[in-house]
Amino acid sequence: MTHLIDIVLLTFLVATAIAIVRLNSLFAVVMLFGIYSLITAGVFIALDAVDVAFTEAAVGAGISTVLMLGTLALVGHRQAPQQHSRALPLTVVVITGVVLLWGTADMPRFGDPEAPVHQHVAPRYIQDSPAEVGVPNMVTSVLASYRGFDTLGETAVVFTAGVAVLVLLGRRRRQHRDPGSSGD
Amino acid sequence: MELLGQYNYWVVFFLMMTGFYVVIARGNLVAKIVGLNIFQTSVFLLYISMGKVSGGTAPIVADPGSLYSNPLPHVLILTAIVVGVATTALGLALVVRIKEAYGTVEEDEIYAQDDPPHGSAPALAQGSETATADSAGEARR
Repeated sequence: MTHLIDIVLLTFLVATAIAIVRLNSLFAVVMLFGIYSLITAGVFIALDAVDVAFTEAAVGAGISTVLMLGTLALVGHRQAPQQHSRALPLTVVVITGVVLLWGTADMPRFGDPEAPVHQHVAPRYIQDSPAEVGVPNMVTSVLASYRGFDTLGETAVVFTAGVAVLVLLGRRRRQHRDPGSSGD
Repeated sequence: MELLGQYNYWVVFFLMMTGFYVVIARGNLVAKIVGLNIFQTSVFLLYISMGKVSGGTAPIVADPGSLYSNPLPHVLILTAIVVGVATTALGLALVVRIKEAYGTVEEDEIYAQDDPPHGSAPALAQGSETATADSAGEARR
């Protein structure tokens, strides 16, 4: 049953992605991207990643879409029709895709409990974290305790990006105001 | 489910290539950022697919002896989602600045302004201050 839901949602994802490629209206592309993120959150639920799913629904489908709509309001919805031939990008994409698909032949089967990814530190997190950290949610234990420095690095990246956005857009607002105060 | 053993990975790589195609084939910078996000989300799906264990449940302590999916990819992707939205915000802020400086977000028109084909267009690259003031004036109309 879970596999069926997974397959149906993934098929929806493919359809949404194809629509994003084919549509020309930027507004429609951005809204479809919001839908795409929400379906991704659904797939994460089907794959047992509940924490990731609500983060994706809030941050990916929510904040990203709002940011893109805000940008569209500033830069306009117009998208020039494609002038270049599509042959070169298509060739590059198809070749890369075929190489990647070739790589899946060596990957462990989906859901295999014996896959190498489940053999290293994950068993320790699963068995010991409830006793060692005392939080029932193992994702929280790993995020905040075992890999706390990763999370510290993440906040550093988010802080840097926030400062950079403020620097870029704050400068623009100043320049908007200056000619405004002298010109009007 | 034996036949569909790798279905998740196939879909992930199809989505990845879709995002890649949008990035390299579309000239509009906002569309390129949407493409980058599609690419990024497909990488998230790849990791989460690898963390799934058949018959497992979400990694939150339940009855003793339950089978849990691998929590480690979930943690990595949680971090990646938050970092991803931060970089998206930065990219969009750059797009807004480019629109201010060049008056367009189409790649071809930006190239045409940087390297004028006939040598007659005004040198916008060195006079970005005036260009910004001009486009600000246009924006206010």
